[in-house]
Amino acid sequence: MALALAVGVAALALLPLGYIAWYTADLGWEGVRELVLRPRVGELLWNTTRLVLGTVIGCAVLGVGAAWLVERSSVPARRVWHVLLVAPLAVPAFVNSYAWISLLPGLDTYAGALLVVTLSYFPFVYLPVAAAFRGLDPALEETARGLGLSSWAVFRRVQLPQLRVALLGGGLLVALHLLAEFGALQMLRYPTFTTAIYDQYRATFNGPGATMLAGVLVLLCLGLLLAEIRLRGRRGYARTARGAARPVRPVDLRGLTAPALLALATLVGLALVVPLASLGYWMTGGRSAAVDWAALSTTTGTTLALAAAAAAVTTAMALPTGWLAVRARGRISTLLERSTYLGSSVPGIVVALALVTLSIRATPWLYQTVPVLLAAYAILFLPRAVVTVRSAVEQFPPLYDDVAASLGSSAPDRLRRVTVPLLAPGIGAGAALVFLAVVTELTATLLLAPTGTTTLATAFWSASSALDYGSAAPYAVVMVLLSAPATVLLSRDARRGLTP
Amino acid sequence: MSSLTVQALTKAFGTTPVLTGVDLHVPEGSLTALLGASGCGKTTLLRLIAGFDDPDAGTVALGDRIVAGEGRAVAARRRGIGFVPQEGGLFPHLTVAGNISFGLPRRQRRDGGRVRDLLELVGLDASLADRSPHQLSGGQQQRVALARALAPAPSLVLLDEPFSSLDAGLREETRQAVSAALVASGATAVLVTHDQAEALSMADQVAVLRSGRLVQLTDPRTLYRSPRDLDVAAFVGEAVVLDADVRGGTAHCALGAVRCDGDVADGPARVLLRPEQLRLAPSGQAGALVARVHGVDFYGHDSRVRLVLSDGATVNARVDGADLPAVGDDVAVTVRGTALAFPVDAAGRSVPLQPSV
Repeated sequence: MALALAVGVAALALLPLGYIAWYTADLGWEGVRELVLRPRVGELLWNTTRLVLGTVIGCAVLGVGAAWLVERSSVPARRVWHVLLVAPLAVPAFVNSYAWISLLPGLDTYAGALLVVTLSYFPFVYLPVAAAFRGLDPALEETARGLGLSSWAVFRRVQLPQLRVALLGGGLLVALHLLAEFGALQMLRYPTFTTAIYDQYRATFNGPGATMLAGVLVLLCLGLLLAEIRLRGRRGYARTARGAARPVRPVDLRGLTAPALLALATLVGLALVVPLASLGYWMTGGRSAAVDWAALSTTTGTTLALAAAAAAVTTAMALPTGWLAVRARGRISTLLERSTYLGSSVPGIVVALALVTLSIRATPWLYQTVPVLLAAYAILFLPRAVVTVRSAVEQFPPLYDDVAASLGSSAPDRLRRVTVPLLAPGIGAGAALVFLAVVTELTATLLLAPTGTTTLATAFWSASSALDYGSAAPYAVVMVLLSAPATVLLSRDARRGLTP
Repeated sequence: MSSLTVQALTKAFGTTPVLTGVDLHVPEGSLTALLGASGCGKTTLLRLIAGFDDPDAGTVALGDRIVAGEGRAVAARRRGIGFVPQEGGLFPHLTVAGNISFGLPRRQRRDGGRVRDLLELVGLDASLADRSPHQLSGGQQQRVALARALAPAPSLVLLDEPFSSLDAGLREETRQAVSAALVASGATAVLVTHDQAEALSMADQVAVLRSGRLVQLTDPRTLYRSPRDLDVAAFVGEAVVLDADVRGGTAHCALGAVRCDGDVADGPARVLLRPEQLRLAPSGQAGALVARVHGVDFYGHDSRVRLVLSDGATVNARVDGADLPAVGDDVAVTVRGTALAFPVDAAGRSVPLQPSV
């Protein structure tokens, strides 16, 4: 029963990938060559690659530097800095992008795109690296110092090798997110695969062209995902022994304290203060008319309802997969679990494109309906629910069931008194993560939402696309407020990536 | 309370046999320890008795009621068997009181007096009732788990290595509290353990399991004095084993002539002594055998003296008192009591003493 359900979930998760594969095969080699081997694709590939490389390097430098200062140096108010460095995650990348371009219209260049996405994504490196720093056994560093190594040598020869897994993991996460990023780059008018797919779809409704671009993009994502899975397999390398490690004595910065503070302040200023100030500016002093409260509340209501429905559906779908992954370990359950990760590594634009085409062709009565939109959300955000359900089940050994049975409790009674109460917190956390992700989802919603249905993200998008920055601001503010709790959850899940 | 009878119980996981033809009888109101090294099948036996797994062959009976085998499989929840798992297994979402009253009928669950009585039975303070399991020490968790198992007045209580996760001091204290509670409740109990001291000190009878077979079932003293073979002897305590030649009921070995237990046929044998049977005295004593002290391990309450005999064999003696020989001293060794002789067969292997139980 659970197996059949999990197979169904995996099939849904793999639907977009299967669609792309089927379409490619159907097109034949000649067709594929004609559509893929052309200068436009090369241009997009170059744009995408240099942006991904630049962003990953930028995020790595900022993330490791900030993590070292916060976790290992004597910089004052370390806890405050930690929160401030995670906080940019509460600002969706496309809102950040809007905040910058609305103030500095000249940012529609490679450098501008690099700046904005780096500031949006560096916490993805900062968080795991900071956690890894925290987990490093100080005894190793002391041993190295005892062997006569300098501070710099300790960092390079002892700490850096241990941080490698966290750093690479964070970098891959940045790259995967960036490949899927649409809103931020479209707003900065920086052409990459996602924006090209969107434009092609909107302008010409050119099925084969858009689908083949999607195919190339999916290949890039799968390459990165494979790298991530291989890396995760070796994660044990960075894990630390149990038991409380002694607190680390931070490196005394002495005269460098002021420059360090200045560097952190600049980073937080650019990544957090600028977008918030920009939002504040457009909310109050901008050219906008008064806030349209009625529209704002309707849109917020729609968004919350959609997010709640998506959270319920996605978490329900995650239950069989998460349960089997723990209770029936083996090839099949691993395969089913991996399918959900694989499916969600496909960028939102591709998922949307696949579902649009499939629903028009196979089930026209479902085209542009809420169920298709919910299916897209489920495909994109299943791993968040699977990961939390899975860890909840892991903390619930079969032993409790045995003990309850030996105390005379029947199967339904056990479900009510033992299973559900023990799994509820994990399931709730998974649902909350999905909920918060849906609140700021832009790409799939843009393509799949039923006509007349606007969410915070799409309302924000249509206003800001029309350069009506003032009307867009209130929607952005609500999204930031709703996402703030997600940063708390994310800072706890620091070492999780796409695959647990 | 009722007795437990296990007959010809057999279980395999895939092609790996885990239990082979185990027979076991636990009299009403007694405590039986299942003793064996890890992987010998003792936890599997416990799970079959509890009803968490089904046997491939054989029967399990509580009193006269067959609960497994002969085409019957009574569900675990209908067996009335209390279970105390290794680390307590307290439900983390319930308080101590909630855990203890879990198996009680709905109406009795709110009865604070009942919970208090059970806490008292396992030697815990009634003020713990509202705590969460994670606020308890390991020993307290074990006692609450026992109280929970005893609450519905089960016909039998199973304890799966309940003390193995506790540190030494707490283990002794918890052991005594659990013993007392089991006696006070008059429960029939089966305790799984790999700790021979625990088995010998707590149980009315000990069942020794080895590779899925029951090797010996007897009371602790007999087990220690008359183990069925030399492996069991070494498993239940430190052993001094020497080659000997038996003539007329006396074994002649490196420690001289030692009387044997019971009737022993003449011929080559291996004899078993316990280290506390060896007595040491300053050398020069007439008629005593001289050995050289190779090492001394001082434990406080007693000491182990490692000796090299004249033929090169090494033996250990347990000696109490502070008057210990120094390393390199020569000491006189005498044997107190009798030895247990295991005849040696043609292949040079010692032969078990009694037929399989």
